[in-house]
Amino acid sequence: MPAAKAQAMISGLHLVDADPAGDALAIERLALWMLRQYTPVVAMDSLDGIVMDTEGADHLRGGELLMLTGLVNSLRGRGLQARGAVADTWGCAHAIARATRREVIIIPVGETAKAVVNLPVSSLRLPSDIVSGLTELGFRNVGEVSATSRAPLTLRFGPEVGRRLDQMFGRLAEPIDPIRTAEFVEVSRSFSEPIGAAETIARYIGKLVVELCAALETRGQGVRRADLIIYRVDNTLQSLRAGTAKPVRDIAHLTKLLCSSIEKIDPGFGIDKLSLAATMIEALEDKQSISSLVEETIVDVTPLLDSLGNRGQRMYRLAPVESDVPERNVGRVSPIAAKLGQAWPTRWPRPSRMLAYPERIEVIALTPDHPPASITWRGKRRRIKRGDGPERVFGEWWVRSSEMEAVRDYYSVEDEDGNRFWVYRSGDGVDPATGTAKWFLHGIYG
Amino acid sequence: MLNSAANPTIADLRERIQRLEGRAVRKGEVLSFGLAEIDARLPGGGLALGALHEVAGGGADAVHGAAAALFVAGIVARTKGDVLWCLTRPDLFGPALAQAGLHHDRVIYVEADREEDVLTNFEEGLRFGGLGAVVAELVRLPMTASRRLQLAAEASGTMGIALRRWRRPTEAADFGQPTAATTRWRISVLPSEPLPVPGIGRARWLAELIRARAGEAAEFEIGACDATGRISLSPHARDGQDQTRGSRNFA
Repeated sequence: MPAAKAQAMISGLHLVDADPAGDALAIERLALWMLRQYTPVVAMDSLDGIVMDTEGADHLRGGELLMLTGLVNSLRGRGLQARGAVADTWGCAHAIARATRREVIIIPVGETAKAVVNLPVSSLRLPSDIVSGLTELGFRNVGEVSATSRAPLTLRFGPEVGRRLDQMFGRLAEPIDPIRTAEFVEVSRSFSEPIGAAETIARYIGKLVVELCAALETRGQGVRRADLIIYRVDNTLQSLRAGTAKPVRDIAHLTKLLCSSIEKIDPGFGIDKLSLAATMIEALEDKQSISSLVEETIVDVTPLLDSLGNRGQRMYRLAPVESDVPERNVGRVSPIAAKLGQAWPTRWPRPSRMLAYPERIEVIALTPDHPPASITWRGKRRRIKRGDGPERVFGEWWVRSSEMEAVRDYYSVEDEDGNRFWVYRSGDGVDPATGTAKWFLHGIYG
Repeated sequence: MLNSAANPTIADLRERIQRLEGRAVRKGEVLSFGLAEIDARLPGGGLALGALHEVAGGGADAVHGAAAALFVAGIVARTKGDVLWCLTRPDLFGPALAQAGLHHDRVIYVEADREEDVLTNFEEGLRFGGLGAVVAELVRLPMTASRRLQLAAEASGTMGIALRRWRRPTEAADFGQPTAATTRWRISVLPSEPLPVPGIGRARWLAELIRARAGEAAEFEIGACDATGRISLSPHARDGQDQTRGSRNFA
């Protein structure tokens, strides 16, 4: 539609010139962000899309559906309307994402053929003259094209139609060439004879790491994330990713990180190229370490944290949070966060194990401020011999408005056998506005 | 006749035999409790550093692991360097460990979803060699796994503590199964020290040394860890004064 006609139809239409170069740059920026965020193999898909190989990367985000929903939602948070599809092949995902109206769609493994038969011919990624030629011949969807014998089609339109069909149905491999920018450092090694043994792969990973570290050293940088891309002889890609908590240029450490997941590599008929790219780089200057023969050296534990973290374990340290409510006064911080040395200000003994949620207990106690005489917890009645308290904790109205007047009275109690518990009464025992006067068990003393 | 110092082969053999017997005690390899009665019962005069130790709670504490955790915290608080604490159930309360002398800046928690991952993390931590101690909360500890852990601890000189914690009290019978751990402890709670006023005194534990390699079983009544992680032998002084009370408050 010409611009003049559009303006005639809608008054006050705002016109913006198309900016293909700007769009391409923006997509490239997005692709780089996804490369850092999601998976090592990301590329631009025609002019308006991004393709990612998420095999082996989706479990880190809770599965394919959660990963894709999260991705689409975070793009929407940036003001971008996006549609996502996960499928067996690039061709299928490309077609489905553009044809569907849904934001997120997952094509189960092996159901590619069923999903694409009704898609229009235009979703085959063919040049526009071939698409119009096929439409003229009466082909309406992909299923009809794929059901036609291949020879006449090839005679008329060339090999492109067959190739795209094979790529869509997964009969022809279509490796994704991962996006790279000048700031990435990439080293690669091709083999004249395909390699396959784990020891050989490990040896070449070691050689690549040496090259990568040498390249980084000249730039004064260290790697935060390294992606190893494995090109197999049957033209498929695999990738391994290793992340570090701090910039690293230590050959032994990087090699160990990459080799720790070597069993995930499936060499198939052989590997003919390995490529190692540093996709997140930070400045790392050599520092002179001050060593003293008298004091004991402080060991840097980040290599251990890296290898645990690359296996997907959650790591944290605890740190005090300014709050009197027990479940809120412990926070989790990164294990490499600065050690601030603060302590919890409490002088009361605290239980060593806390229940995830306070559990209701039946209590016989003298109100308002005596420790219980007996408690019944998890069906067992315990007579209390000693008790200490109350320690009054006030609700935090700035966190939740329902805690405006809430009060908890905490008591430490000890039963006949010496088991000690931390129990509390909701409310001060006099004013019903402060709580329900029900009792809860919150922690177990050691 | 043959002087071992003059013949390095004999000396080497002797050392290897000693290591097989579990008596390889080199200087600085034990962490003593600072209590002569307990240290005398342990080969080498304390808990060996490059070794695996097992601690479990007794009675209801076999499930809660509250007293056992504090006992372990008191031990690792007296080591030097960071502590790795591998677990699946994140219910430890930081302030309590800090009150037992284990500062929260020193402890790195590694939370895994599966029990097998805890074992792997435990072993990796022990092999790393730069940590003060590695603690793992485990339900099951098979012989093979414990052997691997013991060897890893011996190689790096890091103390490994398996804090056994079961889901049900009946499962605690598993603690009778043999493992390669150097010592095995069971910590049960006892009624606390009586005070002349209403209130709860310093906690007391019954620490049973069920097994000690190259040592004998024993049991002790001890007072819970103070602010520096030290236990005390249960005082029989009846004046009820808790001497450490003043300092434990500044944990």
